[in-house]
Amino acid sequence: MEMISIWIAAILTLGIFSFLYKDNPLYKACEALFVGVSAAYWAIVFYFDNIYKKFYEGAVTAEEPDYFLWIGAILGLLFLTRLVPKIGWVSRWPMALIVGATAGLWMVGYFVSNAMNQIGNTISNIIARDELTGAIAWGETFGTMVILVGVVSGLVYFFFSKEHKGVFGATAKVGTWFLMVTFGASFGYTVMSRMSLLIGRVDFLLGDWLGILR
Amino acid sequence: MKRQIPLVIVFVFGTLMVIQYFVPHENSEIVKGFLLDWIVIIGIFALALGLWSLVQVSIDKINSRKENWEYPLVTLISLTVMIFFGFTSHAEDASWWGYFLAIAVLLAALWMLAQGLMGNAANRNVKSLSALGLVIVFSLLAIFDGSWEFKFYTAEGLTNQMFVHFFDYIMIPLQATMFALLAFFITSASYRAFRARNLLATLLLISALIVMLRFTPGPWGEYLAKTSSWVMNVPNLAAQRAIVIGIGLGIVATALKVILGIERGYMGKG
Repeated sequence: MEMISIWIAAILTLGIFSFLYKDNPLYKACEALFVGVSAAYWAIVFYFDNIYKKFYEGAVTAEEPDYFLWIGAILGLLFLTRLVPKIGWVSRWPMALIVGATAGLWMVGYFVSNAMNQIGNTISNIIARDELTGAIAWGETFGTMVILVGVVSGLVYFFFSKEHKGVFGATAKVGTWFLMVTFGASFGYTVMSRMSLLIGRVDFLLGDWLGILR
Repeated sequence: MKRQIPLVIVFVFGTLMVIQYFVPHENSEIVKGFLLDWIVIIGIFALALGLWSLVQVSIDKINSRKENWEYPLVTLISLTVMIFFGFTSHAEDASWWGYFLAIAVLLAALWMLAQGLMGNAANRNVKSLSALGLVIVFSLLAIFDGSWEFKFYTAEGLTNQMFVHFFDYIMIPLQATMFALLAFFITSASYRAFRARNLLATLLLISALIVMLRFTPGPWGEYLAKTSSWVMNVPNLAAQRAIVIGIGLGIVATALKVILGIERGYMGKG
């Protein structure tokens, strides 16, 4: 059974790689297969994680059922009214609940984590000190200074309400230097992660399938 | 009425979540927990809608015999088979023939049903009756074949041998290879991007090279690893922070627009 499975996996792997030559029926079939299998996989996993574990075990079979969960299920059923055009507008209610609650949750959560905490980490402890001796750690201090300059100049670059001229323009220009270093680092990081996946697939083909690598 | 009630719901629940954050009380956490549970439960129904949409689009393509109509068929078959595996368990050491026969009958029944619902009016009754007959055969197989059974209320389907095999030997290889495929395209993109035409392009080139070469063995390896670590933790972190702060402020502005009813795109038309 496992041997057949490895052969299937190898054929599918080669099917996807065949796109490097040109778009072809084998690649398209593999792509369609992936869409179907992954959609079904996530549907099953979400069903058991949410409907079964959270709702069924929490509101139906539990010793002390949580009846509030039924409201979620009813709202979920209202979502399906979208399938009936005449009453499809009712599906906006559960959608509104998701959008409203998420907006409220994110508004404060992201303001604290993305804005306040990041600003706090940037401007606090600019002068770094050695934990044991208490002397100034010049290397780390240089790093925190560079971070402060990078954050301020980066933010200035993203501020488009004022024309980028004079001191403001020069600061924005420094911001673009930092941004380019970041884009380069992210690009390099992505290249390496994709290479790592490619090595994994070649390792599978030459090792598990053909048995050349052991 | 159709548009006012959703606006009120958004405002009430959005404000409730904002206030909840500033109320350090047990009940406040309970309210938040319920809302998050509801969102998750509603989400699964949204997923069901998505699946229905996928099925509808695929059947439309198949029935209209548009170019490449065979591929939606592959999608539908794999979708049905994987869902079947997920909701069934198979007895160990039992024969697989009954199980695979049931899958074949199920697929045939669904095919006939789709043809009956969406096909020509002339053949509609014949195909619908055929679908009904196949569903009866499938039900008999499900009742009398003891080698497998449906498991809707226990998560045994997740450990079904076929479900696990489809995940390990079909889904994972396809997913990993699709991402691995990008290695080739990203290499060709870097050939075009990495040209030191000016200061900005040179900075991009140097930082990317340092990060890519950080695992290089040899005398330069340690130096490159340290430099790469500095690039990631200092200039990269600085610009990332600037971007993250911008995103945070953007989310606050958008959330405010949504809660106050200025942004209404989520309601769609009508």
